[in-house]
Amino acid sequence: MLEIEIDGKAVTVEDGSTVMDAANKAGVYIPHFCYHKKLSIAANCRMCLVQVEKAPKPLPACATPVTGGMKVWTRSEQAIKAQKGVMEFLLINHPLDCPICDQGGECQLQDLAVGYGASQSRYQEEKRVVFNKNLGPLVTTDMTRCINCTRCVRFTQEIAGEMELGQAFRGEHAEIMPFIEKTVDSELSGNIIDLCPVGALTSKPFRFAARTWELARRKSVSPHDSLGANLIVQVKHDEVKRVLPLENEAINECWLSDKDRFSYEGLNSEERLTRPMIKCDGQWREVDWQEALEFAANGLRSVLTDHGGEALGVLGSPHSTVEELYLLQKLARGLECENVDFRLRQADFRTDTLRPGAPWLGMPIAEVGDLDQLLVIGSFLRKDTPLLAQRVRQAAKRGLTVSVVHPVADDWLLPVRNRATVAPSAMPAFLREVVFALAELKNDKVSAELELNAPEAISDVAHNIASALAGAANAAVWLGNLAVQHARSTDLQLLAQEICRLSGARMGYVGEAANSVGGYLAGAVPGIDGLNAFRMINQPRHGYLLLNAEADRDFADSHAAQRALETARFVVALSSFGSANLAQLADVLLPISPFTETSGTFVNCEGKAQSFVAVAKPRGDTRPGWKVLRVLGNLLAVDGFDFNDSESVLRAALADGYESRLNNRLAARPVVNLSIESALERVADVPIHFADPLVRRAGSLQRSRDARAPVAMAHSQTLAGLGIASGSRVRLSQSDAAVELEVIADDTVAPNCVRVAAAHAATANLGAMSGPISMERV
Amino acid sequence: MDTTKEQAMLSQEALQQIDREVAKYPAGRQQSAVMAALRIAQVEKGWLSRETIAYVAEYLDMPAVAAYEVASFYNMYDLEPVGRHKITVCTNLPCALSGGVHAADYLKEKLGIGFNETTADGKYTLKEGECMGACGDAPVLLVNNHHMCSWMTKEKIDQMLADLESK
Ligand code: SF4
Ligand code: FES
Ligand code: FES
Repeated sequence: MLEIEIDGKAVTVEDGSTVMDAANKAGVYIPHFCYHKKLSIAANCRMCLVQVEKAPKPLPACATPVTGGMKVWTRSEQAIKAQKGVMEFLLINHPLDCPICDQGGECQLQDLAVGYGASQSRYQEEKRVVFNKNLGPLVTTDMTRCINCTRCVRFTQEIAGEMELGQAFRGEHAEIMPFIEKTVDSELSGNIIDLCPVGALTSKPFRFAARTWELARRKSVSPHDSLGANLIVQVKHDEVKRVLPLENEAINECWLSDKDRFSYEGLNSEERLTRPMIKCDGQWREVDWQEALEFAANGLRSVLTDHGGEALGVLGSPHSTVEELYLLQKLARGLECENVDFRLRQADFRTDTLRPGAPWLGMPIAEVGDLDQLLVIGSFLRKDTPLLAQRVRQAAKRGLTVSVVHPVADDWLLPVRNRATVAPSAMPAFLREVVFALAELKNDKVSAELELNAPEAISDVAHNIASALAGAANAAVWLGNLAVQHARSTDLQLLAQEICRLSGARMGYVGEAANSVGGYLAGAVPGIDGLNAFRMINQPRHGYLLLNAEADRDFADSHAAQRALETARFVVALSSFGSANLAQLADVLLPISPFTETSGTFVNCEGKAQSFVAVAKPRGDTRPGWKVLRVLGNLLAVDGFDFNDSESVLRAALADGYESRLNNRLAARPVVNLSIESALERVADVPIHFADPLVRRAGSLQRSRDARAPVAMAHSQTLAGLGIASGSRVRLSQSDAAVELEVIADDTVAPNCVRVAAAHAATANLGAMSGPISMERV
Repeated sequence: MDTTKEQAMLSQEALQQIDREVAKYPAGRQQSAVMAALRIAQVEKGWLSRETIAYVAEYLDMPAVAAYEVASFYNMYDLEPVGRHKITVCTNLPCALSGGVHAADYLKEKLGIGFNETTADGKYTLKEGECMGACGDAPVLLVNNHHMCSWMTKEKIDQMLADLESK
């Protein structure tokens, strides 16, 4: 620890701190542009010059290490003169076009120019002009305003993991640019807008939409991935104009993924449902709530009277709130229906009888940085949960070793030490190798309950993964979305549990959606005799109640889901959005509020319940989902539906101490299937911008590179074996479901697999996300 | 591989030279050889096209834009095609005080081109250079990045051009 004095205040700081760190600690503000606490130090703007005792000239606070007994003055005559001098230089080439700049009112340069700038410029010569760059649909540029602080460059390099921007040329000619004609395609790209201290990089969707001071700032929580990023939603006239990160070091730090940031455009999409509608004789008609709810209740009642509770299927999306899912399951149970589920993309539910608790990450998000070994099984981590991947990326810089078992060797922009790229059906057999290698290293026995025979051979990768975990002090094994959605997920989970038992690693589930943990806690899972989501679809019901779910996009088998709904007698859909597909399948559309227009709660992957309130008035006649469910409960005369507010629903759903229900333990049982398929297998990712109904309607995100229409991808050997050339059009079929797509050779895909995304219109007519698929040229 | 990518490829000899440069740095630090690698690529290709820069970057396993930062920073790298002979005249202060600007003017007049231009026959390109560390020899100019010429009076410039003409 070092003692120093800043502006006369004594501070004690850790060795290796900079003057900037010390000033922050002492609560002294030093003007700066290039310094950012999450980025490396560039010391190129010189705005932070301060006076230091015995130093012959002012020193940059951000890059000057503290020494014991140092005396610093940040507001002395020398310091102020230096700071003003720097400001004058910075403004020489700056266009001073604040009146037409989107950054106006929230611009660091503008703010500091008020404090340190002169009221008139002494520079009379020509200013330089820098041509704008096309960075894609999300970030717009006014490069003449750039002060070359390189924050954006360092962000792409250090946080996003891929240097997509650089500073070319030099001196007066220096320019920030992507490599010629490239765009910035990172799933975290929007953060450079926040980082840019001037108006050089601003939000394209928000451009000229409002001034910052016209906007109300309200707190909220992201409804997308399982991280639960904290948001500031900015609203004008009850319309969401922009979303910014709300800093929370324990969850999203100061970042947001582009999905969290730009999905709000979907709120204003033309497909928003604003009036209740009922279908009579095949014709849709707008009606008032009373009529719609009675129509819905009557329809459900008639199914119940004719066929009983088990004839109903009740399905909610994991992007719904705890309150909604709680009332949904309560309604189902009140109607004597145990067929309720929120795990719509899951295919194997055998763990339901083995699991006493709610599966979660198994650790706080903030502790990811302390891990020394991480094994990720079946995950598109970078696109599924971008900010969790970002944490892993930072941890990898500090020595975390990452191993991956997955059917695709996607680039996560972080070093992966051991990688097993195997077909989905080969994953259990591979994990068995790791289990046996670990048992040997640990001089332990494999649990007898698993009834596992030793593998014939143990591959080098399996061995390396085992020894990495065996020697770890702080290890974790994560099951990603693909592992959970896998047709033999139970086997994977039991094997992962065994790996954890043998190695001492913590087991965790990444989680697919904002409420993947909350759905369990709310009890939105079938009872003993109930049907799970997969069964409800594959054993069609007479009636369905859908919450925030779209049959063609959100299910493990979208073909079967559409067919089941098509043949059902009565379908009630509670949804914020309409679509041609929903209009065809449903009989009643009840417009419910998206997350910005209702109060609610999501429980993120680390098990933290985060409640939020509405930031805008419900659009048109929409109503919060929990209210609609409550009235449905009343109309159907279900007991216990007299909640007055969402807080009382929440109290009923999540009692104090709910954290004790977070539990990844599974009762041991034999691993049943270690066979490796010989048939071609499907590997389905859920592309980042198609995962839920809101993001699918966010216009700018839909124009980004991550939202390109999917093509089929297969290993070049697999294609050669089938006699199909890369670039051909192929017909992909799974029993009676089929689509046509282009196929391209991609050697990151495990042999004998075809990667075909789910959740996209182009593949909605395909069947199960995992399992056999056939491919032939058309 | 598409044609532009193919055109960007370097010969085996050039790659061997790059490997020798890479070997000067610790393993995993091959990026440190980027300046030498770009120089080698430019000698082979005559100039550094975007494709060539991307190729070098890929060979050194570094982001293309990072290699472009280097290529655009140093003015001895040519990001556009140049004539057979590139003449770079120093016009920094010490040279300027001792006739550097006059030397440049004389060259402009003789060749009929300005800075950053190439003669119609593709023989000469004229560039303005920065201090070459030979201020005592002013005016100073550099031919094809490798050959330094000192005390460039009009006569010596005539002589130099006559020599180049015969090459
Ligand atoms: S664009 Fe913005 S963040 Fe990037 S260097 Fe310029 S001023 Fe800094
Ligand atoms: S903040 Fe210190 S030099 Fe930029
Ligand atoms: S100024 Fe011309 S060589 Fe130094």
